[in-house]
Amino acid sequence: MAEVHLSKVVKRYGALEIVHGIDLDIAHNEFVVLVGPSGCGKSTTLRMIAGLEEISGGTISIGDRVVNSLPPRARNISMVFQNYALYPHMTVRENLGFGLKIARQSPAVIEQRVNEAADILGLSPLMDRLPANLSGGQRQRVAMGRAIVRNPDVFLFDEPLSNLDAKLRGQMRVEIKKLHQRVKTTVVYVTHDQVEAMTLADRIVIMRDGHIEQVGTPIDLFERPVNTFVAGFIGSPPMNQLEAMIGSRPAGPVAVLADGTELPLPPEFAGRVTADQAVIVGFRPENLYPAGHGIPAAGQTLDMDRTVSLSEPLGTETMLFLDFGGREVQAKMLNPRLVAPGERMPFKLDLGHLHVFDRASGKSLRA
Amino acid sequence: MLRSPRAIPYLLLLPSIVVIAAVVLVPVLVSLWSSFTPYNLTRPATLFTFVGWRNYQRLFANADFWWAFGRTLVFVTVALNLELVFGLALALLVNRVTTGRKTIRTIMMFPMMFSPILVGFQFKYVFNDSVGILNNALFSLGLITRPIPWLVNGALANFSILAAEIWMSTSIFAILLLSGLLALPQDPIEAAKVDGCNPVQVFRHITLPFLMPFIYIAMTIRSLDVARAYDMVRIMTNGGPAGRTELLWTLIARVGYQNSQMGMANAMGYVSILTSIAFTFYFYRKLSLSRRYMGGAE
Repeated sequence: MAEVHLSKVVKRYGALEIVHGIDLDIAHNEFVVLVGPSGCGKSTTLRMIAGLEEISGGTISIGDRVVNSLPPRARNISMVFQNYALYPHMTVRENLGFGLKIARQSPAVIEQRVNEAADILGLSPLMDRLPANLSGGQRQRVAMGRAIVRNPDVFLFDEPLSNLDAKLRGQMRVEIKKLHQRVKTTVVYVTHDQVEAMTLADRIVIMRDGHIEQVGTPIDLFERPVNTFVAGFIGSPPMNQLEAMIGSRPAGPVAVLADGTELPLPPEFAGRVTADQAVIVGFRPENLYPAGHGIPAAGQTLDMDRTVSLSEPLGTETMLFLDFGGREVQAKMLNPRLVAPGERMPFKLDLGHLHVFDRASGKSLRA
Repeated sequence: MLRSPRAIPYLLLLPSIVVIAAVVLVPVLVSLWSSFTPYNLTRPATLFTFVGWRNYQRLFANADFWWAFGRTLVFVTVALNLELVFGLALALLVNRVTTGRKTIRTIMMFPMMFSPILVGFQFKYVFNDSVGILNNALFSLGLITRPIPWLVNGALANFSILAAEIWMSTSIFAILLLSGLLALPQDPIEAAKVDGCNPVQVFRHITLPFLMPFIYIAMTIRSLDVARAYDMVRIMTNGGPAGRTELLWTLIARVGYQNSQMGMANAMGYVSILTSIAFTFYFYRKLSLSRRYMGGAE
């Protein structure tokens, strides 16, 4: 069993505090992704779990051991690095077996475990090559193989795919997910790519400036972001966010956009907003669509004619840019047809999927 | 014919060819030729008497030569290995220093800034048995009651020369290895720590293999340097006592300039140069072997 518990973990470099007392509980065999913009402290947190950075405050425990003062070698973890960190003077076979050799396993055991890992990762034809003679994807696979041969309690991944090209990244993402399904282990995975986070994670931890912003399943974070930062970070393209004021109407509260458009708010916001409150209204591009080209809204929609300023055809969908509520917003067109810039089209905004955030604090006003 | 277009490249190269021929090619050929003659500086005409391999035959039968040759080999081996060990230790220490590393690096280079002749004079004074600072220090500390004849006893004289050589040149190793340590990628080291290595194992399995090319470069350069040792020995012992510290080049200089047997001296010179070439060849082979896999570190 290997849960990982972080309790009030702080990282300081001199007077500069990078990680401000974060708490996080990772369950046995859970795949947790730490995601956030660069400099948010996610890699530092991972390196503290690995023991490559000292912990300035708080405690980290793996299983039931507090590991704060243990060196990396005593923590029974494996780590996959962004630059693969292969041993350049060892063949693939030696790279894979190095950890076992250091642990004084018998040659027979090493041979067997290395071959198992090589089979899982398709490395068998490359065993006698040096890292210099491998492609990026192959090196990545060796790095992963080196991690799995040791049967660690926890796998740590530090942006393992960011040096690969887009196509290979997609492939390796799938392989990592398959690998986790096959080799059930606790995984902590760091990335700045929200797509990787969404596709891989059981739970996502969104970090910013050394704080945890939100923890939840991918669907949770997508549907119920707790603040404007999470709303803007998760989802591609990001959520449209418009400044608005709350107005009260007999039928219920509305958000009044900069151009005077009134958006009736979903019932869940009744009683949670006050008249004249400055807010941010958010909606995802897929909830704004040309009539007949979206997932039909279950409830009320706002219908309007708008001029398209730009269209980005992506094949199965086309992204449309239009002015709405005093800003340029993005709409998603399913079953697309060719749209010429300047074309005027009828749009529908699904009011059931509106998000409302307090403008001053950025916090969601949803229950 | 000189105006033909094909001649132009050669005409343009002619000045450098002339210069190279004058300062390199002709001296090399003359010295090579003289090693097959009984050339004696006092009798210039002997330069034109061809004696075939006679110099080399005498040379190979000469015990003094073989002693000098063997002593030089031992001297090179011991000096290089000790300088490597001390230099590596020094580099590892300095690599741990975070502030003032540049200053320390500069200070480390001080011994290299002195002429070997001056270093020789200095150590001759240090090791002098009556006025030397070493014996006086040992006296004052009560460690000895009779002066130790550092430069007079054969074994001690060799030790003293080694000490001077190591004092002067350890920092060259340290600087070269330090530059290797500074270029060392951190990722494989961290990977090794996670893989279960303790600090000694990290050094043995990761740091040292990475440093090997730097070690071989240092070895190549220094083997040539040490193998041509002359100045310091000339000053400290002049090959004495009784030839106990005679190295190849002190012997060659003595044969060539004091005994005027330039033909013989040149023959000795060629033997020692071929030995040096063999050393260089060996280290280069090792170097390219150890560099083979260092391309794919990133």
